[in-house]
Amino acid sequence: MNSIKKHDLATLGACAVLFAIVQTLLFVDFIGPFWELNIILILINVILSVSLNLINGYTGQFSIGHAGFLAVGAYTGAIITVKLGLPFELALVVGTLSSALLGFLIGLPTLRLNGDYLAIATLGLGEIIRICILNIEYVGGASGLMGIPRFTTFAWAFWITIFVIFVIKNFKNSAPGRCCLAIRENEIAAETMGIDTTKYKVMAFTIGAGFAGTAGVLFAHYFYIAHPASFTFMRSFDILTMVVLGGLGSMTGAITGAVLLTAISAALAEYPEWRMVIYSLTLIILMINRPQGLFGSKELSLKMFGLGGSHNGRATESK
Amino acid sequence: MLKVDQIDVFYGAIHAVKGLSIEVAKGEIVTLVGSNGAGKSTTLRTISGLMKPKSGTIVFEDNNIAGMAAHKIVASGLCQVPEGRHVFANMTVLENLEMGAYLRSDKDGIAKDMEDVFKKFPRLLERKEQVSGTLSGGEQQMLAMGRALMSKPKLLLLDEPSMGLAPLLVKEIFHIVQEINEAGTTVLLVEQNANMALSIADKAYVLETGKIVLSGTAQELASSEAVKKAYLGG
Repeated sequence: MNSIKKHDLATLGACAVLFAIVQTLLFVDFIGPFWELNIILILINVILSVSLNLINGYTGQFSIGHAGFLAVGAYTGAIITVKLGLPFELALVVGTLSSALLGFLIGLPTLRLNGDYLAIATLGLGEIIRICILNIEYVGGASGLMGIPRFTTFAWAFWITIFVIFVIKNFKNSAPGRCCLAIRENEIAAETMGIDTTKYKVMAFTIGAGFAGTAGVLFAHYFYIAHPASFTFMRSFDILTMVVLGGLGSMTGAITGAVLLTAISAALAEYPEWRMVIYSLTLIILMINRPQGLFGSKELSLKMFGLGGSHNGRATESK
Repeated sequence: MLKVDQIDVFYGAIHAVKGLSIEVAKGEIVTLVGSNGAGKSTTLRTISGLMKPKSGTIVFEDNNIAGMAAHKIVASGLCQVPEGRHVFANMTVLENLEMGAYLRSDKDGIAKDMEDVFKKFPRLLERKEQVSGTLSGGEQQMLAMGRALMSKPKLLLLDEPSMGLAPLLVKEIFHIVQEINEAGTTVLLVEQNANMALSIADKAYVLETGKIVLSGTAQELASSEAVKKAYLGG
């Protein structure tokens, strides 16, 4: 246990150093506005892919409606700051909670479905949310909710991302997290072992939806606007692609997937006519050569390179 | 201990189990035999809560568990080893067994039962750290049984433990079922291999198209002409 905490502290230290470096580079304008925007976008996408990985990767429930929760977070956050004039911090909390609540309410009935059926149900859900927003005049309808102040800074985005990663990582290693893994491995067996499968599926779905909401608040408060067109099912697929590319069930995979795809997409911004071609080709080549994603379900760690710690750390611990 | 009374189970419009009643007394091995599609597995899945009966009652130790959620039924001391083994393929043997003790918190008891399981299935001990998806069929069956035992069930439901296994292994598995029973666990066994099942059971029911057509002690059924002809190959 002690070694785990030490390890976490070391990681946190590394994050702080990384943060200091990027923040300094931003401060001295070494990183221009274009890449600053993309760094924020990368961080938002990391939150999205890591939270979707909790649902799709760890719990094995194929959800493709993540953009819907992103939208709920974005709009709720914007209502708090723009319409009600309340602080950004509150927007973050309320945006997260309302998304989580929606995830909970939707999860209860839909998570009884399996595989393709759940995918279709969540896809539909994402669209329903978008269409609803499109028709609510209060939040601007089809023209979107404009005039959102830019409260999202690199610091906010960075530390929230780190927070989300830590929460989900710890959830995975907790008892409920183990239950989620068991459900992914074999739902029938999990049920016959006495695991309340619905409860843990809904739990994972709720947490994942909540963090997608957080990402939504950050998103809306960086780009000045919340617009229904940003939350189409293509957005859901983008997130899903990041997770699958990195490797379903791998946290480091989800992070790498998000960083890689967002960066590729940004780097190709100068060649708009080639952008989608190269983007798609990258995906096709990768999926042919590594169908399990970059990392499979493994985590990137020192152990991977044969450094530090016995391979069966957890198993030997429990003896 | 277990009394199933007049249950009806449907798959959509298909009436798979029709007014079925069985009884299992404490300490017994009871077997349900019958051919493919007779409703054996459906019955078992209904008892363990993976399926819900449309009507009828299932009383386990004075509680009606018909229609209760599976995880609650497990907590009351009834554990099923599902057909086709269903191990957690990407977890190690040890982790699988630990999952079996999911509902328990008595560390000493768990450690002791773990030892017992390894004593019953020495092969699992050899492969403790192996990822269970890479085990052979027989080993996976042993693991599924060991995992169920880790929940310390009062009543163990076994669904086709012999499925897809070599004859020698089948013998070994049935021998272990007997051992488990002698150690005090009541067993309800569903089998297509009627010969083997009848040889270790106390009581047996023969199922045909969702109905009990014959019942009696295992010896009676094993010597009954009708059963011999239909299930025991002459």
